[in-house]
Amino acid sequence: MKYLAGLLTITWKDITAEFRTKEMSTSMGIFALLVMVVFGFALRPGAEETVAVFPGFAWIGFFFAGLLGLSRSFVSEKMNGAMTGLMLAPVDRSVIYFGKVAGNLLFMFVVEAVSFPLYIVLFDVPAPQRPGSLALVAFLGTLGFVAVGTFLAALAANTRTSELLLPILLFPLAVPLVIAVVSMTRAALTGDFTDTASWWRMLVVYDAVFLVVPWLLFEYLLES
Amino acid sequence: MMVGAKSPSASRVFHASRRSRAPGTFWTAAMAPAMLTALYAIFVYAPDERVMGAVQKVFYFHVASAWNGILAFLVMFIASVGYLLSRRPGWDELAFASAEVGEVFTTVTLLTGPLWGKVAWNIWWDWDPRLTTTLVLWTVYGVYLVARHYAGTEVTPGQGDGQDASRAAVQAAVIGIIGFADIPILLMSIKWWRSVHPVLLQGAKMNIAPPMAWTLGISVAAFTLLYVGLLGLRLRLERARREVRRLLAAGLAGKGVGR
Repeated sequence: MKYLAGLLTITWKDITAEFRTKEMSTSMGIFALLVMVVFGFALRPGAEETVAVFPGFAWIGFFFAGLLGLSRSFVSEKMNGAMTGLMLAPVDRSVIYFGKVAGNLLFMFVVEAVSFPLYIVLFDVPAPQRPGSLALVAFLGTLGFVAVGTFLAALAANTRTSELLLPILLFPLAVPLVIAVVSMTRAALTGDFTDTASWWRMLVVYDAVFLVVPWLLFEYLLES
Repeated sequence: MMVGAKSPSASRVFHASRRSRAPGTFWTAAMAPAMLTALYAIFVYAPDERVMGAVQKVFYFHVASAWNGILAFLVMFIASVGYLLSRRPGWDELAFASAEVGEVFTTVTLLTGPLWGKVAWNIWWDWDPRLTTTLVLWTVYGVYLVARHYAGTEVTPGQGDGQDASRAAVQAAVIGIIGFADIPILLMSIKWWRSVHPVLLQGAKMNIAPPMAWTLGISVAAFTLLYVGLLGLRLRLERARREVRRLLAAGLAGKGVGR
């Protein structure tokens, strides 16, 4: 119970800070939109091939926007020794990690919820056939991305070149997630779920592995 | 820094590395006949493949490199776990050395594969699960080596632009472990993804003619010796570096070098 209270306190702190500065939501939101504008020029909206590649492009937009938020996640804590304050809090160290994951997850959901309908309209893609499944896919995909991303952001924040290091650490590790989430999104958009049981399994396994491994290793990152 | 002025310590470093157990000359001596035997087997003993002819011989290099790329990855993972648990610098040096050598073998795998693929499949590359997994393996190694380069170089007030060795080692070990976790998830997909990549083992039965199987065995053994030999040389270099760092630190602290 104390664990959960600590976790929510950290998440709440991030939300409060975000409400005051509006740093992340504005930059992530605008970036997600701009990516789509660029893709809009590259592809013909409404064309058959655009519909076919749409799930991949949508997730590229979300992941790039998410990366912006993640890269700020721990760098902002370095200012004024805020990280030391967090580490001195009388809670288990992994609370910091999960608190940050919850905050980043929330920010990414907001960006996705706002930009996805826009993507659909801008690309003239048929409305999703299975919105419930789509929401579940978006949840599992974003959770996996944020779980591994928050951990790597903490790692990168301890280096001189954190903004350079985070993307090159994150994207190779996100490959299995991208493969699964794009296939599942395509299925949810078209309503054709044949042969997707294995992708569900892959998404769930990915999320589980990349929540457990950082949970075990997070302490080592902070001590250094 | 006047390193040249400390010539006695420089020779000491040299001898310290000489005395270390890391395999050097011995392995080089063992490697030469092994590699020559492998080359003989590949180009003279093994028959030409019926359809593809001589092109198929790249297979012996490809499989041997791929095996060592995976072996090196496993060694890197175990050494990373070993470092986090024991904090002995030797584990960290082993992980680093293995990652570097493994990256070379994986590069060879990725370069020899398309040479064969262009003839067999008429394409250089296919997003096949095995090919994708190997490519991800290669990028994870690359990320490990890049991160290793930047790790522990944070500018902290009072410390200057300090290369904190133990911090770099912890960060590298963490990347080594989390990078390894990615590969089994990708390997899961091999089972259900359509694959065009040939399968060598089916149950206990090899899918190739016996002389080819023998050649493959010799070539895998020779390449594994090469891996161990390169790893040993790389480890010896790391140990010498650590010794230099220690001596420099001791010299700068004004304590003298002798122990």
